Amino acid sequence: MRRAGVPVAYSQGFTPHPKISYASAAPTGVASEAEYLEIGLREEVDPTELRLALDAALSPGLDILDAVVAGPGSLADRIDASRWRLELPGVEPDVLRHAVSAFRAASEVPVERMTKQGRRVVDARKAVLSIDVITPTEAPSEVGGVPCAILEVVVRQVTPSVRPDDVLSGLRVVADLEPPVPPRATRLAQGTVTAQGEIVDPLEADRDGAAIGER
Amino acid sequence: MSAASTAASRSAAMTVWPQLEPLLPLVSKPIQYVGGELGAVVKDWESAAVRWALMYPDAYEVGLPNQGVQILYEVLNEQPDVLAERTYAVWPDLERLMRAHGVPQFTLEAHRPVGAFDLLGVSFATELGYTNLLTALDLAGIPLLAADRTEAHPVVLAGGHAAFNPEPIADFLDAAVLGDGEEAVLEITDIVRRWKAEGRPGGRDELLLRLARTESVYVPRFYDVDYLPDGRIQRVVPNRPDVPFRVRKRTTMDLDAWPYPKKPLVPLAETVHERYAVEIFRGCTRGCRFCQAGMITRPVRERSITTVGQMVQQGLEYSGFSEVGLLSLSSADHSEIGDICSGLADRYAGTNISLSLPSTRVDAFNIELAQELSRNGRRTGLTFAPEGGSERIRRVINKMVTEEDLIRTVVTAYTNGWRHVKLYFMCGLPTETDEDVLQIARLAHEVIKAGREATGSKDIRCTVSIGGFVPKPHTPFQWAAMERPEVIDNRLRLLKEAINADRSLGRAIGFRYHDGEPSLIEGLLSRGDRRVGAVIRKVWENGGRFDGWSEHFSFQRWVDAAAEVLPPLGVDLDWYTVRERGETEVLPWDHLDSGLDKDWLWQDWQNALAECEQDDCRWTPCYDCGVCPSMDTEIQIGPTGRKLLPLTPVRGLRTPAASPR
Ligand code: B12
Ligand code: SF4
Repeated sequence: MRRAGVPVAYSQGFTPHPKISYASAAPTGVASEAEYLEIGLREEVDPTELRLALDAALSPGLDILDAVVAGPGSLADRIDASRWRLELPGVEPDVLRHAVSAFRAASEVPVERMTKQGRRVVDARKAVLSIDVITPTEAPSEVGGVPCAILEVVVRQVTPSVRPDDVLSGLRVVADLEPPVPPRATRLAQGTVTAQGEIVDPLEADRDGAAIGER
Repeated sequence: MSAASTAASRSAAMTVWPQLEPLLPLVSKPIQYVGGELGAVVKDWESAAVRWALMYPDAYEVGLPNQGVQILYEVLNEQPDVLAERTYAVWPDLERLMRAHGVPQFTLEAHRPVGAFDLLGVSFATELGYTNLLTALDLAGIPLLAADRTEAHPVVLAGGHAAFNPEPIADFLDAAVLGDGEEAVLEITDIVRRWKAEGRPGGRDELLLRLARTESVYVPRFYDVDYLPDGRIQRVVPNRPDVPFRVRKRTTMDLDAWPYPKKPLVPLAETVHERYAVEIFRGCTRGCRFCQAGMITRPVRERSITTVGQMVQQGLEYSGFSEVGLLSLSSADHSEIGDICSGLADRYAGTNISLSLPSTRVDAFNIELAQELSRNGRRTGLTFAPEGGSERIRRVINKMVTEEDLIRTVVTAYTNGWRHVKLYFMCGLPTETDEDVLQIARLAHEVIKAGREATGSKDIRCTVSIGGFVPKPHTPFQWAAMERPEVIDNRLRLLKEAINADRSLGRAIGFRYHDGEPSLIEGLLSRGDRRVGAVIRKVWENGGRFDGWSEHFSFQRWVDAAAEVLPPLGVDLDWYTVRERGETEVLPWDHLDSGLDKDWLWQDWQNALAECEQDDCRWTPCYDCGVCPSMDTEIQIGPTGRKLLPLTPVRGLRTPAASPR
């Protein structure tokens, strides 16, 4: 923010903090193509310029794709689900399909997770809105020769949150699925889910013209 | 047990990222291994004529902020045909996985195997990084012993303060540079560039010879060490006619011509220091007799107020840091420090920029400066370092401050609004008795009493922090005997009791200290000779890693290794540590020239024992320590009489068109 010259607003008090809040940030060790944050500003700036300035100030690989002036309501209210893509190198797609059927059939899949407070059990099933083995149009890079199954999962935002590794634990619980190498998870989208299971970009509502219902 | 880096030899430009990435979710703080920081430079491998890997042999969080590495990194990468990348020590969790999956030690920029570079330059601020060097070499597939390396391996080169006695790691090094690195790395680069362009005539030996002939690069293999029957060194002599008898340290003069770092690295992971640091001067001639840094970095060379101001401005703009550190060994001694502090405070008034001065001078001026710096923001801690508890021991170490001055200074801090001050002391100093250390308790009590009286408040505190004394090469205490850990620990226990003897005062005094044991090992490594290399290797083979971290350091492992390795050589741990050396003894680093005249050092050691003080040549006439004439250097100080002008504030977003990067 400082490098980009963003006029960030600060909280009051003895140790002022910049007003930046992240909505459901991705856990460590996963990739993401859809992270959202809200910045409180001292003065108005042009969103396109803000996007360019921030993008230039960030490390390669951390890209700012879009910025809008926030309308009413908080960002968190506009995000209730994420779509994840999980690549499982070394796993045959048929083996994965079998595990996914077992997962879908279950009404509850309790998995254990280590938290700061120790072990706790979460249900990996209920938050999962959809789970599908997909056929890639092109093989993911760097895994040439080795089979690689790919999974797409839409997970609802719940507390405690259900993360991609919980879903993988769930597949282990229901079907003994043990990937030989650590799978790679990428968050593809976040937002509200429509009745058809589509995820709506949380910035959509504030984009030019959207407010007057053209879209 | 080498984690063979076959990948390294197959394709030098190849990145190990595909093999490394799957391991990262399995280790703690994986972000420290991904690189991509602001300031990091990725260059094309093929078009570089000379390729350096620079290492700080500690974890990323400690290594990244290191100024020395950042400076050399930038200096090297500014050369169009030179590529420099960084590597840090990997934690044992990743080390295990790298071994299991055959992933070699890698650089952060392009994740290239370290074994593929022309040079591996390692910066040793402390000796406690030696075991981490061995891990890195082994993971890189570089033979541990320099003698076993071929032309296919990088030249392993040490620098930094510990390189003033590289003898304990001599077997693992191809070369070492004493002193400032800015010009040295460029000169070395030239030699390597030419040798490669000529088709590598004479192989590795010829390259090392060319380096040695500069008289300022030490190549241990060209020197033989002979020992006397009693274990002492008889002599260290060149084993070939064409290398110098003594190797000289490097001194970068005119710091204004070297305003680095200009583009500091900005870490993505959390590190020990997240600030823009600028050295306001190098060298220190206060002459504290325990301080190796002060002795080996002479003479004093100031950076001018104008350059400091400009570096801070550009460094902040580039990095986005909100903290500035004005570094040096005794920052309050800069000839224009008052103007620097008030000038910067004016410039950054009303912003979120905080300024700090890691000064340890015990006087009111120090407080004035701290007050100036805290004018526009939060108040940083105030630290005073009397180092010795009694006036007598302070005369021995040449850190003169009277008890009244000390108390008056601390009380001034309290009355100026500081609620808490830190006091630094050392334990285990030459000639020290229990009584000297117990004086620390009395001092602390007096400080609190006087502070309460002066402020009328009970809400004041001080923290007493005790470090263990380690005798260092090239200092007047290089001949001194160390105290045994049991004695140190007992003194510290007595001190703690004495502090708490008065409940009311004791409650206001925090007490922090280091055990005596790690210091003893530091002592072994700092004054060791080539025979100590076998101890380091044994410790490393037995699992020794990250010796600077108390949770990883094992005293027993060092004691056991020393007991196994040293007695057959006729020496032992005690011989290196608690033994006092005589005037005529050949010291392991006598052939390494820091400029200090050995006779002057001996005289200063005798003066210490006689409790006589030595003035500072910055303010008083030269007292012939030897450095300036022998190194052809001179004191470079102001005042320039210039002032820092206000900055025109830059407003608005910095989009790429507005500020191209
Ligand atoms: C900032 C600082 C720290 C910071 C940051 C350390 C870091 N990551 O860099 C922190 C707080 C973490 C720290 C910790 C410690 N520090 Co400290 N620290 C300093 C301080 C104030 C500045 C260091 C600095 O940046 N210097 C400026 C740079 C440019 O100099 P430089 O690194 O030496 O590099 C130059 C040359 O040496 C050379 N060079 C360096 N590397 C290489 C490599 C090659 C290949 C070549 C050719 C040349 C070369 O080129 C560089 C440019 O000229 C110094 C005091 C001082 N002003 O020097 C103490 C100092 C270095 N620290 C010291 C000590 C003792 C420690 C600790 C061991 C303390 C402890 N007991 O825990 C730890 C060790 C931490 C560790 N594992 O490394 C001592 C060293 C003692 C000695 N040698 O006599 C010093 C000198 C302070 C003192 N007077 O006691 N420290
Ligand atoms: S030679 Fe003289 S002026 Fe130079 S550092 Fe030594 S005492 Fe100071």
